Amino acid sequence: MSEHIESLLKQDYAAGFVTAVESETLPPGLDENVVRLISAKKGEPEWLTEWRLEAYRGWRQMAEPTWAHVHFPPVDFAAVSYYSAPKSMADGPKSLDEVDPELLRTYEKLGIPLHERAKLAGVAVDAVFDSVSVVTTFKEKLHEAGVVFCPISEAVHTHPELVRKYLGSVVPRRDNFYAALNSAVFSDGSFVYIPPGVRCPMELSTYFRINEAKTGQFERTLIIADEGSHVSYLEGCTAPMRDENQLHAAVVELVALKGARIKYSTVQNWYPGDRDGKGGIYNFVTKRGLCHDHASISWTQVETGSAITWKYPSVVLRGDHSVGEFYSVALTNNLQQADTGTKMIHLGRNTRSTIISKGISAGRSSNAYRGLVRISPRAEGARNYTQCDSLLIGDRCGAHTFPYIESRNASATVEHEATTSKVSEDQLFLCRQRGLDAEKAVSMIVNGFCREVFKELPMEFAVEAGKLLEVSLEGSVG
Amino acid sequence: MLSIANLQARIDDKPILRGIDLDVKPGEVHAIMGPNGSGKSTLGYVLSGREGYEVTAGSVRFDGQDLLAMATEERARAGLFLAFQYPVEIPGVSNMEFLKASVDAVRAHRGVEPLDAVRFLRLAREKCEAVGMKTDFLKRGVNEGFSGGEKKRNEILQMMLLEPRLAILDETDSGLDIDALQVVAAGVNGLRAADRSFVIVTHYQRLLDYIVPDFVHVLAHGRIVKSGGRELALELEDKGYAWIGKEAG
Repeated sequence: MSEHIESLLKQDYAAGFVTAVESETLPPGLDENVVRLISAKKGEPEWLTEWRLEAYRGWRQMAEPTWAHVHFPPVDFAAVSYYSAPKSMADGPKSLDEVDPELLRTYEKLGIPLHERAKLAGVAVDAVFDSVSVVTTFKEKLHEAGVVFCPISEAVHTHPELVRKYLGSVVPRRDNFYAALNSAVFSDGSFVYIPPGVRCPMELSTYFRINEAKTGQFERTLIIADEGSHVSYLEGCTAPMRDENQLHAAVVELVALKGARIKYSTVQNWYPGDRDGKGGIYNFVTKRGLCHDHASISWTQVETGSAITWKYPSVVLRGDHSVGEFYSVALTNNLQQADTGTKMIHLGRNTRSTIISKGISAGRSSNAYRGLVRISPRAEGARNYTQCDSLLIGDRCGAHTFPYIESRNASATVEHEATTSKVSEDQLFLCRQRGLDAEKAVSMIVNGFCREVFKELPMEFAVEAGKLLEVSLEGSVG
Repeated sequence: MLSIANLQARIDDKPILRGIDLDVKPGEVHAIMGPNGSGKSTLGYVLSGREGYEVTAGSVRFDGQDLLAMATEERARAGLFLAFQYPVEIPGVSNMEFLKASVDAVRAHRGVEPLDAVRFLRLAREKCEAVGMKTDFLKRGVNEGFSGGEKKRNEILQMMLLEPRLAILDETDSGLDIDALQVVAAGVNGLRAADRSFVIVTHYQRLLDYIVPDFVHVLAHGRIVKSGGRELALELEDKGYAWIGKEAG
């Protein structure tokens, strides 16, 4: 079988093209002047400039985390450019007609039509190209419902009180090395506010695209679901194929006020590097949500891209009876490395959390699940269920599980189950004997393995995720 | 339909098949019997193209094609079906999804349009009842948590849907109670046709009470050492396999 499986995971990265647009890119390197310049470019208020500088000063005193099960040469932070924007965006387009057609074509190629006539039905999209938001669709319709969905750089001006109150409230500026860096130089990202009692009338989606070479992407997303409201949000990501590694250090903060529900889904397909591990995105991301009483936050992620993934979407269950969920599929192939998982911090009474993690390793990749379940002394009756499954394809890859459980309340229930299995020769033979080719067989087996997570994705994205797995697995079987 | 000449095969340098000759004509049912370790299952695996078996000599023609030159899935699409002795589980993949993908692949090879979901569901339900299973059988993961009997019924269900040219049943009767055995037999007998053949590999003659073979062959040490009609199976039941070995020297 190994000869089989070896050749199925070899395939081209379909989103790997480069768009020829003229960009305005800051020279590499970071100091206080660069931070001020980024802030000035966005015409930010004084408080935000200071906020960034404070983060920058914190970052300078911090060291990169080294505890993750990943190995890579040190990143030269002085060689990264911290801001890049297409020149045509300099004055900000007032409508779609003013957006550079080359940019719109980029998104069409990626299957994300932004034009009115071809918009994705029922999904509002915010498209972020390198450091800036290109366009946000369905603004009017959302406006009618009172929903705010816009680039965060715009929200700073239109909803300064909300941004000021919540920015950094879930992920503090000095939370960790990459979060501090992001806080200093974040460029753009999405801002969402759902008013009390409103069920957002459509899926919200942000599509992130890195285009420029030697540029880091530092987007910042802030979602606030006011009391009793409801929102489902999806993000997707791609980047061109380049030989050098590119840095992506994002921060996502979710605030679910009393009784609110936030469902956040990610399909991450950053360029993973080539078969020999050359190039690819370093995806160092901090995602965290805060639940008030009776609120719930659900993270669903399908991670197939990036050379290195360092990512732990977490939930702080501060309110009583709040619920946190984490559903994850992480696939690594060739020389990809992933260290991903979640943290569920139970502070409130009768809080509940569920963790379902599916790791798939192929090629010579390394895939680690790292999770923390913490039950505080006050969290009477807290419950957690964790299930961690690993699937190995071939015999040169690795799967690792690092679960941490800290329970300080005797009434809490914490369950942990873990399995490791291989795509077996028997399974492949059964499928092929029934007429399926080896690639179809492996993708079917892997999809079956991921089923519990896929069913949490919005319908149309579940289909996409299945296809993405199929593509990412090509070449893993021969 | 199937013509095997001097077929020799080994696993890890260990010879298992040492020169098999067998002709199966359309419409015939052949039983292959023999003691454990005689190479019965290996024959099924080699014919269906399982990896890990190295063919060292001989040839196999299937409907005029060089079977050994075809990939595993090509053989399946050309109409060769193997019912497994130990069907494997594929967790999370529904039986329905698996059956549809499989039937679509075989139909595509024959140049027939895939069945739409509604028609396929109707057909699958009908076959499901024929093997004595409730239709929720289709929603469960492939063989996931199935009992031994359910797994074998599932194999027969797949055979009925795929309508193969040649079906090889590898000890499908092992571990079955009498009800399940009759379901298996009814499945095979219902499919018997002038243009379809069966090779039934079995250790016991019990199954042959229900599926009456045209020919019985005894396999020992990788060779067919004796062939005969239905009565040979009864004789084996009576005397065991030891005498064959002696007779064949």
